[in-house]
Amino acid sequence: MVEKTPILDTFTYVFLMLGILVVGFPIIYAIIAATLPLDQVSRVPMPMIPGDQLLANLREAWQRGDLGTQLMNSFIMASGITFGKIVVSMLGAFSIVYFDYRFRTVAFVTVFCTLMLPVEVRILPTYEMAANLLGPLQPLWKFLHIDSIISWFAGHDIKVSLELSLLDTYTGLILPLVASATCTFLFRQFFLTVPEELCEAAKMDGASAMTFFTRILLPLSKTNIAALIVIEFVYGWNQYLWPLLITTNPKMTTAVIGLQNLIPQADDLPEWNVAMAAALIVMLPPILVVLFMQRWFVKGLVDPEK
Amino acid sequence: MIKRSIFKNRLLPYLLILPQILVTATFFYWPAAQGVYQSLMRSDPFGLHNRFIWFDNFIALFTDPLYLKSIGITLVFSASVAAVSISMGLFIATMANRAFKVKTVIRTMLIWPYAVAPAISGILWLFLLHPSYGVVALFIEKYLSIPWNPVLNGNDALAMVILASAWKEISYNFVFFLAGMQSIPHSLIEAAAMDGASPFRRFWAITLPMLSPTLFFVTVMNIIYAFFDTFGVIHTVTQGGPGGATNILVYKVYQDGFIGLNLGSSAAQSIVLMILIIIITVLQFKYVERKVQYTG
Repeated sequence: MVEKTPILDTFTYVFLMLGILVVGFPIIYAIIAATLPLDQVSRVPMPMIPGDQLLANLREAWQRGDLGTQLMNSFIMASGITFGKIVVSMLGAFSIVYFDYRFRTVAFVTVFCTLMLPVEVRILPTYEMAANLLGPLQPLWKFLHIDSIISWFAGHDIKVSLELSLLDTYTGLILPLVASATCTFLFRQFFLTVPEELCEAAKMDGASAMTFFTRILLPLSKTNIAALIVIEFVYGWNQYLWPLLITTNPKMTTAVIGLQNLIPQADDLPEWNVAMAAALIVMLPPILVVLFMQRWFVKGLVDPEK
Repeated sequence: MIKRSIFKNRLLPYLLILPQILVTATFFYWPAAQGVYQSLMRSDPFGLHNRFIWFDNFIALFTDPLYLKSIGITLVFSASVAAVSISMGLFIATMANRAFKVKTVIRTMLIWPYAVAPAISGILWLFLLHPSYGVVALFIEKYLSIPWNPVLNGNDALAMVILASAWKEISYNFVFFLAGMQSIPHSLIEAAAMDGASPFRRFWAITLPMLSPTLFFVTVMNIIYAFFDTFGVIHTVTQGGPGGATNILVYKVYQDGFIGLNLGSSAAQSIVLMILIIIITVLQFKYVERKVQYTG
């Protein structure tokens, strides 16, 4: 048993409360600001007693920022990334762990070389790729003289340029961010800990590979999937650089990007109450996901490190 | 590694891995190759003339005072972000670990800043530190009597983005430190207490050394975060200004490539960042391997 230290315990709780207050202060302050009318929020210092303008400010922020559309975009992007990553990486990990084939090691190395390389370090070329998905095929097209072949068949000159742009599309927002090895790595680690006997028993009972996957591996992975849902949803929702590049149409931007337009600039009215109300709306969904799924989230965050 | 008991199928494993390979090849390998190619070329903004110039882009980069300045700023920025968020996270976690009964409640109260986007964290701190409306700015000027103007003063602006970036990492670090402390065997602490070691002594002699793997991991993650994920903070708060005082490397890639349209230089900068993160990843893997051996 460790000794009793009443004085130190009191200090512990005091410091703990202080720490929580310091960490929570920006949000508390934002919440208060979001409840105040304009003349009070621009007073220095701003009163620390909440006002009654919360609903009015939220409504104003919602309309001015077109948050309905943008939150929808954010939601589609975040869930698309989450779903895409989990499906792609589970299947990939299954293939790597449970099959033996010629290119297994090559596939493994190919995928794991991309571990931890964020989209930020290869923005320009990835952007060009997304702007024209068929770009790499163009030289091949030229090389094979397909243009002249088609022209010969058609009897007159035809120029074909291969173009498939992902700019301002949901696919463009989602697909490039699905390319990440982290999830595959986690699933691989997990599959390796699944007892061999389960697979042997399933095979003895005549189960095919896919039956084993859907009936045994998938239910076993529930906790890991839950943890990854939280982590990847937050990751997807909070993306900044990629949606900033790939969307030019305000109808396709995400909510986190759209917030920029609500920050009062030097010549504007200092409508920080509206800006804070909008910030609160946009940060709420990922916070709720983290809080409600805290148990899995902490497990997923801390465990892979072990 | 592979299972002992495996399935035999000729086509299926290829089909299963295909989506991952396709996405990785299209959005990783091809762009990365393009990046290397572009970094060795000089091209005009319209892509009409390309000329192969070997490593001139890199030489130009490392003799450019602006780029060297950006490297310096990035180092100061990421070291400060890591230092602030790690010390705060460690401090709060130590306190929370002593509060025996309410750990989960405390964790709930501290975990949510993790979910706040860096860009939104930037907006919150922009408001707190705004030279004319910010309450913290007022406090700094009135009570600490330090002149404060992040719009004009580069150091103030850097301090502002450091605070905004460090704030949301506190909760990430806190979660790891708390979990790390909870996995330290209680018998160790008890034995030290019986030998008469005070709580402070126990922290320095047992908790901190036992936490060192977590500390290393968290430091690496914080540095990666400060290098790349803080783009949103810079973009919403300072846009690299004033006078390039907050122009960290990842923001410079964006500015030179998308706004300045200097493709060769931007590509070269991307390659530098890529090499950097590969080094960090390799280091981390070496450490992970060592740790696996250590735990058997």
